[in-house]
Amino acid sequence: MAILINERTPIVIQGFTGKIGTFHAQDMINYGSNVVAGITPGKGGVQHLGRPVFNTVKESVEQLGAEASIIFVPPAFAADSIMEAAEAGIKYCVAITDGIPTQDMMKVKNYLKNFPEERRMVLTGPNCAGTISPGRAMLGIMPGHIYMPGDVGVVGRSGTLGYEAADQMKALGIGISTSVGIGGDPINGSSHRKILEKFEQDPETKVVLMIGEIGGPQEIEAGFFAKEHMSKPVVAYIAGLTAPKGRRMGHAGAIISSTGESASEKVEQLLDMGVTISPTPSAMGETVAKVLASL
Amino acid sequence: MDIHEYQAKNILAGYGVKIAEGGLAYSPEQATQRARDIGGNVWAVKAQIHSGARGKAGAIKICKTPDEVFSAADALLGKTIVTHQTGPQGKVCSRLYIEAGTDIVRELYLSFLIDREYERIVMIGSSEGGMDIEEMAESNPGAIIKIYIEPAIGLQDFQARAMAFSLGLPASMLSQAVKLIEGCYRALRDTDANMLEVNPLVINGHDELIALDAKMDFDDNALFRRQNISELRDKSQEDEREMAAADRGLSYVGLDGDIGCMINGAGLAMATMDMIKLAGGEPANFLDVGGGASPERTEKAFRLVLADDNVKVMLVNIFAGINRCDWIAEGVVKAVKNIELTMPLIVRLSGTNVDEGREIISKSGLPIIMAETLADAAEKAVAARNDVIAKRQGE
Repeated sequence: MAILINERTPIVIQGFTGKIGTFHAQDMINYGSNVVAGITPGKGGVQHLGRPVFNTVKESVEQLGAEASIIFVPPAFAADSIMEAAEAGIKYCVAITDGIPTQDMMKVKNYLKNFPEERRMVLTGPNCAGTISPGRAMLGIMPGHIYMPGDVGVVGRSGTLGYEAADQMKALGIGISTSVGIGGDPINGSSHRKILEKFEQDPETKVVLMIGEIGGPQEIEAGFFAKEHMSKPVVAYIAGLTAPKGRRMGHAGAIISSTGESASEKVEQLLDMGVTISPTPSAMGETVAKVLASL
Repeated sequence: MDIHEYQAKNILAGYGVKIAEGGLAYSPEQATQRARDIGGNVWAVKAQIHSGARGKAGAIKICKTPDEVFSAADALLGKTIVTHQTGPQGKVCSRLYIEAGTDIVRELYLSFLIDREYERIVMIGSSEGGMDIEEMAESNPGAIIKIYIEPAIGLQDFQARAMAFSLGLPASMLSQAVKLIEGCYRALRDTDANMLEVNPLVINGHDELIALDAKMDFDDNALFRRQNISELRDKSQEDEREMAAADRGLSYVGLDGDIGCMINGAGLAMATMDMIKLAGGEPANFLDVGGGASPERTEKAFRLVLADDNVKVMLVNIFAGINRCDWIAEGVVKAVKNIELTMPLIVRLSGTNVDEGREIISKSGLPIIMAETLADAAEKAVAARNDVIAKRQGE
């Protein structure tokens, strides 16, 4: 099962023929992802990495049944590419691009709401490492080999901190059903909560690890959801205990701008909602292990 | 990116927002000349620094004669001004805005910002101006009005009217209020601003609405398409090291501790800083070297961290995903040799080709302390830092 992607999901790469797109497309193909085509407007008709290149996403959906896409398009054009994917009938899109203007993302989110829910594309990212269902498919830029297949769902904002978690779990023999990067931007495609909803529905996922950080309301919103609507335990770590107020810590969205957005305030509220907190970033694996053992 | 009050007012004036007459001054002589040009008998001498809360910090002075303007300007220019927003190091004032005094009848509050929960621009108003909106949100949340703007169609007249009435403005002032509110919205939208705050927005003795102070903050990710905004950057108001880092494509935030950090990924960087704190130390900085940590980039990052005199030990934590640990190890070894690093260096590598990476470091013959895990790295860094302190005290 897993969520969002599996070994059969037909994938297209938007921004296929560029240097970065090429590099990661090859990596995904090597991992076993079902990459069926790529999109580069103006280069339709040629072959790249043994796959056809199309001018539009729509052609890849119509001719090859593409269902998922991944975006390596530069920031100035990325919002446009996301909307093109949504309109073409792509079901799930990962936007890797870092640096998309916030107002562009506002437009994208608004545009997606035009579609009835059953036909609305799920978007994760931008500014993320992507999604991986270990052993099945990788739709991202992560090192696939550090992820072991298993029954823990992972959702997080940061790429490398997600790798850290996967690595800690692997060392303890714990595998992952799907790991989803929702990205470090202030406005992103899917919130922590949206991904928790999907893990709750997935019979293969037993526990969810949520890796949050300072800034924004999403971790708390997810905590409410976990408390009210989830049967599965949630473990969380919130990065940024030492982050000063009002300073942007690398991610565009990692900034404490109002009450309730600091790591300690989030941890306090999540504890109240019954979420198990990993006290340190190096205890993510063992905290998950303890919760798994208690099931 | 932040800009100065006078720059924000210039932008707003371009959208039909009324501002008091004013001009820029770089010297006390210029300040008095500006005051004479403006005329009248009351002037505000306002320090232009990237910070709010200037009034409380004495950075805005009301003057009744040109002589007073001269001495106010003399007192402010070149001075480091500390407000509760600047931090203890403060910000240097190198320009002044001299403005005609306004006879204030009422003070209001108006701002626009991106609401991350609603994923829309929200317009915020209050009939109590001049106050800190965060404080007001806690002490009197009922006095704050929020109106959300649909991104596709933008701010509508009825929303602007609703705000005007909520601010308690009389019907006679409605059309000018709508014009001002919509002007502010368009200014924010057209410039890719994250935030626009008019605090206070005042009503003067002639029933005119005037933006008495204005603050704007822009989306760095959108500056590529806002050339006219990028040009307003005042580098003297920004942290020198953070700017140097940004110019090199590195993300750096200076902090108060003494353990220098170089990490890849913002989340892992924050987590490593947390780990240092939990181990009893204090990080000197946040530094994300990004995905492609080439030897050149690594060396630049080292130099940047070491430019902070407080740094006593250095911690490198890299989780190699796209890149490989052996490349990073080579970069670290090269950087340490080039810089002739003398302080303790703790390196933790993880991910792709980790064994090859560790071997390169151990074979280098450099006194690098290797760490296995995140916790191990933080503990070793704190221990090394304590050793340095103990040695210095012993000498």
